[in-house]
Amino acid sequence: MKPPPLRIHRPTTLEDTLDLLSEHSAAGKVLAGGQSLVPVLNMRLAAPSDLIDITAVSGLDELLVTGDDGQTEIIVGARATHRRVERSAEIAAANPLLGEALRFVAHPAVRNRGTTVGSIAHADPNGEMPMILALTGGRVDVRSTRGERSLEADELNVGPLETCLEADELITRAVFPGLPAGARAGFDELARRSGDYGLAGVGMIVDVDDDTVTGLRCGFISVTDVPEILNLDALVSGTGLNDAPEAADAVVDAVRNFIDPGGDIHASADYRRHLTGVLASRLFRRLCRGENPRKRAGGTRRPATDTKRGRA
Amino acid sequence: MTESLDTEPTSTIRLTVNGTLHVLEVPDRKLLSDVLRQDLELTGTHVGCEHGVCGACTVQLDGEPVRSCLMFAGSAQGHEVTTVEGIGDDPEHPADVQQAFIDCHGLQCGFCTPGFITTIDAYIDENPHPSEEEAREAVSGNLCRCTGYQNIVSAVQRAAELRAEGASQ
Ligand SMILES: Cc1cc2nc3c(=O)[nH]c(=O)nc-3n(C[C@H](O)[C@H](O)[C@H](O)COP(=O)(O)OP(=O)(O)OC[C@H]3O[C@@H](n4cnc5c(N)ncnc54)[C@H](O)[C@@H]3O)c2cc1C
Ligand code: FES
Ligand code: FES
Repeated sequence: MKPPPLRIHRPTTLEDTLDLLSEHSAAGKVLAGGQSLVPVLNMRLAAPSDLIDITAVSGLDELLVTGDDGQTEIIVGARATHRRVERSAEIAAANPLLGEALRFVAHPAVRNRGTTVGSIAHADPNGEMPMILALTGGRVDVRSTRGERSLEADELNVGPLETCLEADELITRAVFPGLPAGARAGFDELARRSGDYGLAGVGMIVDVDDDTVTGLRCGFISVTDVPEILNLDALVSGTGLNDAPEAADAVVDAVRNFIDPGGDIHASADYRRHLTGVLASRLFRRLCRGENPRKRAGGTRRPATDTKRGRA
Repeated sequence: MTESLDTEPTSTIRLTVNGTLHVLEVPDRKLLSDVLRQDLELTGTHVGCEHGVCGACTVQLDGEPVRSCLMFAGSAQGHEVTTVEGIGDDPEHPADVQQAFIDCHGLQCGFCTPGFITTIDAYIDENPHPSEEEAREAVSGNLCRCTGYQNIVSAVQRAAELRAEGASQ
């Protein structure tokens, strides 16, 4: 048996869950889909004495879109798997960013168990969903026996793999705002193999009024410590949609200055910086053209080679 | 390590595997993959990386592929587990996906094969006519060290053909 000895509790009500979390506090841990926690336990990088399995807790499986056109919110309960979120047509209509990014999260067999909220709680800077929460301006609702609070993404994320959650706190749901009218959004990344964490990834929301760009926000994976959002409203405002190729160069410069990649055996910091710029340029131009994402190419997800522009 | 058996927390679990209900006393920390192999002697489920990466341990939970190495056996209670034995356990009458692997030479040593079978069996229900590219994507979460994948990709498409034929009969 690979994991260290531990006791697993399977509460069915939120009240019991919060009591258990309060009782076991620092020695206990929430078990959601287990797709990040169980590998950690199998490698014995952590040894909690008690796991509180939330997969049978009633009330945590909500998945819905609320509000009116232009002012919608996507509510993702703590038990909702990546796969359910990805498959929801209603969510795709309210904000395509979630589904677009989720297709890059691991493989279907992992997404069938892993939860979007668990991913946000895990706060991996290589993970897609913590960044998507920040980019969309979302929040999480948190409960404990001591009360409840709501946290914006930038309050929640304090460092790589680190949130401001106390040991007895449970995220009950994540709330992602829908895409505002006129805005276009997309996500792209490059990984060494299908399903791996990306070497770099970029998410973007472009505001468009008629034929003119009026705003741009970018979020990144694997090249910043926490999901910080780069606001380039001033840089791109007033750019005509047809002039996107020229404006893209300035976007690339701003992006490369903003990020802070590290190097490892898979890719050097310089390569990641370069790659992030390439992804940002392609994504910005694609969104300005109003095209849908290319279908994920079989296995490799390699973006089509760009021959037109030498730069990016 | 001080893992004395007296202090090891255990639980009685009710596990439905391949349509049969088993009541077992197992340590809480025991993974589904280990319970399948050691307690139920269903050794078709293979264990490679135990990190969720290789796919060899893939089983179906309520018909959806999941990694049995990343699940505690207790967490599978209340769900239907299907292993490769539940898909086909008779060499004389292989299931459609197994037949497709035979037809296309989709295996050599066979270590990875059960994970492919459980994955593809669920996939072709969702996508009954996969293109070559889709077939390749469908198996991208499973590693094989022997075949070079081409024949496995062919087997995905062949399995879809066989299932369609089976359905129309
Ligand atoms: C092979 C493989 C590849 C992967 N690739 C990617 C990838 O490319 N991108 C990516 O983003 N992820 C990837 N993942 C991770 C996957 O997305 C996980 O599902 C996710 O990170 C965690 O969700 P979970 O439900 O499995 O959480 P768990 O593993 O159960 O929990 C993770 C952590 O969050 C805590 N937690 C969970 N839920 C809550 C809650 N409601 N409140 C408070 N704390 C909570 C747990 O205590 C634990 O510390 C991969 C995983 C594997 C095995
Ligand atoms: S053994 Fe489970 S994925 Fe490798
Ligand atoms: S056939 Fe040997 S690992 Fe795939």
